[in-house]
Order: sequence, then C-alpha cells, then structure tokens
Amino acid sequence: MTALVRHRGHPAYWAFLLHRLSGLLLALFLPAHFLVLGLALDEGAAFGAFIAWSEQPLVKLSEWLLLLALALHLTGGLRLLALEFLPWSERQKALLAASFGGAALFGAGFLFALV
Amino acid sequence: MTRDGDDLRVRVWRGGTDGAFQDFRVPHRPDQTVLDVVTWIQRHLAPGLAYRFACRVGMCGSCAMTVNGRPRWTCRSHVADVANGGRLDIEPLANLPIIRDLVADLTPFFEKWQGARGRFVPSAGRGDPTAAIAPSEPRRRQADLAVECINCAVCYAACDVVAWNGDYLGPAALNRAWVAFNDRRDGAPEELLRAVAGDAGCHGCHSQQSCSRHCPNELDPSRSIAGLKRAGLPAWLRGGDGL
Repeated sequence: MTALVRHRGHPAYWAFLLHRLSGLLLALFLPAHFLVLGLALDEGAAFGAFIAWSEQPLVKLSEWLLLLALALHLTGGLRLLALEFLPWSERQKALLAASFGGAALFGAGFLFALV
Repeated sequence: MTRDGDDLRVRVWRGGTDGAFQDFRVPHRPDQTVLDVVTWIQRHLAPGLAYRFACRVGMCGSCAMTVNGRPRWTCRSHVADVANGGRLDIEPLANLPIIRDLVADLTPFFEKWQGARGRFVPSAGRGDPTAAIAPSEPRRRQADLAVECINCAVCYAACDVVAWNGDYLGPAALNRAWVAFNDRRDGAPEELLRAVAGDAGCHGCHSQQSCSRHCPNELDPSRSIAGLKRAGLPAWLRGGDGL
C-alpha cells in the first residue's frame, strides 16, 4: 500500500484519481442506461419490471453512488477547465476544495431527494 | 522520531534494475542529511556504493534520490524530517534507467529538454543593441516564477505521466519551455509551441501536480504547463501548423 501511495499522497492526485475512476464508472454505466431507456420505447412491460426492481434499497444506493460519481466528474471537470483556460491561480487548494465541496453538496442533495 | 545517537536502519538499493536492497545501520547525528547517511555508508561500510552529488547545498541538482518512496534532494533533506521511525529506504530516482546503486541515468531527462526546445533562439545579432527587459514586465515575471530550476529531475521522477508514456517530455522540460516562451527576445515562439504540443508534450499532462508538490525549489511546473496549453490555443485557432 505504501509503495502505491509514495509520491501520490496529495489532494491534486486524489482529484485526478477520482476524476478518472468516476469517468470510467460513468462510461460503463451509460450503455446500460441507454439500453433501459430503449426498453421504454419497445418493451413497456420489461421496462416496468426493471423500474420495480430498481426500487430495492441496494439499487437505490448504487444509484446514489452513480450520481455522486457524476457530480465528482462534473465539478472535477470544471476545475480542470478553470485550471487550463483561466489565468493561473495560486489558490489551487481552494479550487480543489470547491470541486470536492460542490460534489458533496450535490450528493447530499440527492440523498435527501432519495430518502 | 529518532534520537541523536540511535542507529538508523537504512536500506540502500544496490545493483541495477534487477538489484535489491542492502541493509545498513548508521549512527544518527544531529542535523544529519540523507546525503550524509549515504556518504557515511560509502566511507565506512560499502566503499563500492555508487551515488552522485556535487555541491551539497541545493544548487547543482545532482544528488536527488528516492527516499522512503518520495523523490527528494538528499543534500537538504534532514534525516529528522524524513526518517520513518528511524528507517530510511534509499533508491535511485524513479522513471529513469539505473546505472548502478543510487545513480540514475539522466540521459533521457536531458534529451527531453532538447525535445521541448529548451534552448534560446536569438532574434537579434551581435550588432544590435542589448534588449532592455524591465523586471516588472508581465512576461518577465512569468519567466521569473519558473526559471530557478536546478535540473534535479525530482519532478520527472514524481510524474506518473512520465511513467505511463515514455515519450512524454516531463515537467522540467516543459517548465523550461515556458521560460523560453516568455523571453520576448526568443526568435521562434511558434516553433517552441509546436515542439511542446501533442500528447507527449503539454497536452499529455493530467494535472496531477506531483511535480509542483515535490519540487525542492518550490517551483510550480503545473502552472508552466497550463501556461503552455493556454499559449498554444490562440496559435492553433490562427491555424498554426502542427499545434
């Protein structure tokens, strides 16, 4: 574990890692998402069954984790755009905190909507 | 935390890429640096130990090694600050071929300085008047922020993109290119932008910022790389070839 962390134990690296992992997760999720949406067009009964299945707590929790990943990817992406296109700011830590904080707020909001 | 007089337990990399750690016990002294530890081992325990240093005061950039997993300048890293419970693991810099023991081969590192066109291209001749550049000029100030690089390769060893893409120019070379780009005497800024464009150049950077985190001179290569990315954009929009 220590060997893995080495020079990487700092917030900008965690932000990179979260951005990459959330992006991969969303890329894997999207085909499934479109498949289910496609069911609504062609196979209404199957779609209804899927929606009923998705009411289970574990599925709801996964849904929340996906939303959190989406929020992290969105705010992390905005941070990268600011970093690359706006004049450089010395306040890199504040930028990181804003992107993590934005994602946390989004996640908390969706949690309230869910329960 | 270690007490003065206690022995340090030091593991030092011996051999090449397929080498191994060798264990040593080294007396801990007040104000001892990691370079002092390596020197003590070579003088008292392992005369064949290969390592590199020159100035011992943080100017020459030749003594960088991996210490407890992090790249550092060893001459100004105090044992009291970096030892982990009296233990030190000392290895050559990562992301570079190993010549022997603690000596990394910096050839690829300096070849990439050339690749990033890190040299000055004059725009005036011998007969022209000397360019007067005020210290307050914005571009001069940009260059000032990045110019104090000592070529120690700590940033290069800390960069995961270097590890993933062998062609990536790396933080130091791109930081140097940013200095050259901000020198308004430079005669070929667009050529420079072309040299640093692409996946192996500034656009390969993932903004992990380990370079800025570990630079012993507290430079910010991430800032320089972001500057190059921004500078390349208008040139690309103007239809610059190869940007």
